[in-house]
Amino acid sequence: MVTDSVDPHIAFRNVSVSYGRKVALDRVTLEIPRHEIFGIIGPANSGKTTLLKCINRTIDFAPLARVDGQVLVGGEDVYQMANVFELRRRIGMVFPLPVGLPLSVYDNVAYAPRMAGLTRRDELDALVETCLRHAALWDEVKDRMQLLGTRLSGGQQQRLTIARALSHRPEILCLDEFSIAVDPVTTMKIEDVLLDLKQQMTIVLVTNLVQQARRLADRVAFLNNATLIEVGPTEHVFSEHPAERLTFDYVRGHFG
Amino acid sequence: MARDAATTTGPGAGDAIGRFAAGPVERRKALVERLVAWLLGSLTVLLVLPLIAILATLVAKAWPVLSWAFITQNPQTYMTAGGIWAPLIGTFYLVFISLAVAAPIGVLAGVYLNEYAGENWTTRLVTLAVVNLAGVPSIVHALFGVGAFVLFAGIGRSVLAASLTLAVMTLPVIITSTKEALAAVPQSFREACWNMGASRWQTIRTIVLPNATSGILTGVILQVSRAAGETAPILFTGAVFYVAVPDRGLASFFPYGLFDRCMALSYHLFTISTQVTGVSEALQYGTAVVLIGLVISVNLASISLRVYLRSRKRW
Repeated sequence: MVTDSVDPHIAFRNVSVSYGRKVALDRVTLEIPRHEIFGIIGPANSGKTTLLKCINRTIDFAPLARVDGQVLVGGEDVYQMANVFELRRRIGMVFPLPVGLPLSVYDNVAYAPRMAGLTRRDELDALVETCLRHAALWDEVKDRMQLLGTRLSGGQQQRLTIARALSHRPEILCLDEFSIAVDPVTTMKIEDVLLDLKQQMTIVLVTNLVQQARRLADRVAFLNNATLIEVGPTEHVFSEHPAERLTFDYVRGHFG
Repeated sequence: MARDAATTTGPGAGDAIGRFAAGPVERRKALVERLVAWLLGSLTVLLVLPLIAILATLVAKAWPVLSWAFITQNPQTYMTAGGIWAPLIGTFYLVFISLAVAAPIGVLAGVYLNEYAGENWTTRLVTLAVVNLAGVPSIVHALFGVGAFVLFAGIGRSVLAASLTLAVMTLPVIITSTKEALAAVPQSFREACWNMGASRWQTIRTIVLPNATSGILTGVILQVSRAAGETAPILFTGAVFYVAVPDRGLASFFPYGLFDRCMALSYHLFTISTQVTGVSEALQYGTAVVLIGLVISVNLASISLRVYLRSRKRW
């Protein structure tokens, strides 16, 4: 597990997670460099989502979850941080199924800033517009900001979710199979946005679509059965000779 | 041409009819389907008939006394004449005070159990206790009320003791319905909020509670009719045979203090039916009509509130 990065943005040091007796992650060690798109691939139940939840500590909300080892964000152990809400605001999260909160489009995007204490209307207006533009949704909703977020189409709701994830100005953006409920055109739009956002933040992209990881990621990690099989530059993982035979089989669709 | 037409429509159409015609299995299925629908339908009608019969009998027998004056006058001449103002206002007191106590406690306990308490033995034990408490007969609640509030707390038989007893009786159902209303709010909403750095309480206040209001209110309002109808819990804790109260002016709305005993509709019905001689049948039935009318109107209010809030449901 060699990385050339001196200052990783996120680092896992020997991290194990179990839910009761079920082991979801087994002694994972990896480093995610700044301003890169870091792809995580692997079959279902391999621990991809659990890995994301460790980064912003929403794993704490899972019943029976037990975390061992160290997760470092910006060099700090997330379990030593005094303010877990501040940690979560530094990280934007997007999950597989779009979740429009039962609030207006505007209030959806303004939710996190408001919960963090921002109340000035002009600042909120500007922030909401920026985030919706980044998520490639602004043109479709700019005239109906009071529409309920839950009334948007699935693809629009997913972009709303991304806008919300950007609303607290995160330094890390984690996406968990964001394209499952989104049509191909929207997926392409969002992928362009991600390549753009890479300049400003570190992006962790969990995906079932190995080709999506190949298109976007600078570096890819392959998880299987709670274990990290290999991690490396995308072209190496997708080459004819990755470090592990298992990786070769998976990316060519021989299993999983 | 003619032959062409015959080949395209004739045999093809015949095949289609043959393929979709009902065989013996389908015919039996259709027969059973009709039987089941008929059976379930008639059972449903059977269910409604007693209610209609009860209401019709009550109203018919109470007809001679039913009037606005019946509601606004106090019982007179040893309860053999006059109206039901004193017990009616007593029932309002008991219901209002008991819910003022039970609703906040019950809703907050429900929020804790559903949103904060982890999945562990303590929580399971509490939930089990709540469920069992809901199944305790009301006369047992009454004895508990005598022991806890009247004697141990030294409140004495009073509006307060009776209301607290009713509150203990209604709490479990309020807790359970609150829990269920909260559980119906999708977990994904909570996770979305947590991921944006909102605390549990911020999430509950801004997203979970606003979307669970209809369920919670329904649960609370349904307990109004239960508290109004029960006799046993107030029998030994605060209801009294007769109290002379003003039936005119502002004072008539505030006839009881917290530590006074009061009359109540359910208990009044019991006394004029079994304890007092010479009460006309119409008077007894009239009391029953007002009691049941109260319960029905509260239930209707609860249903319409639920329908209204459902129509505004936002996902």
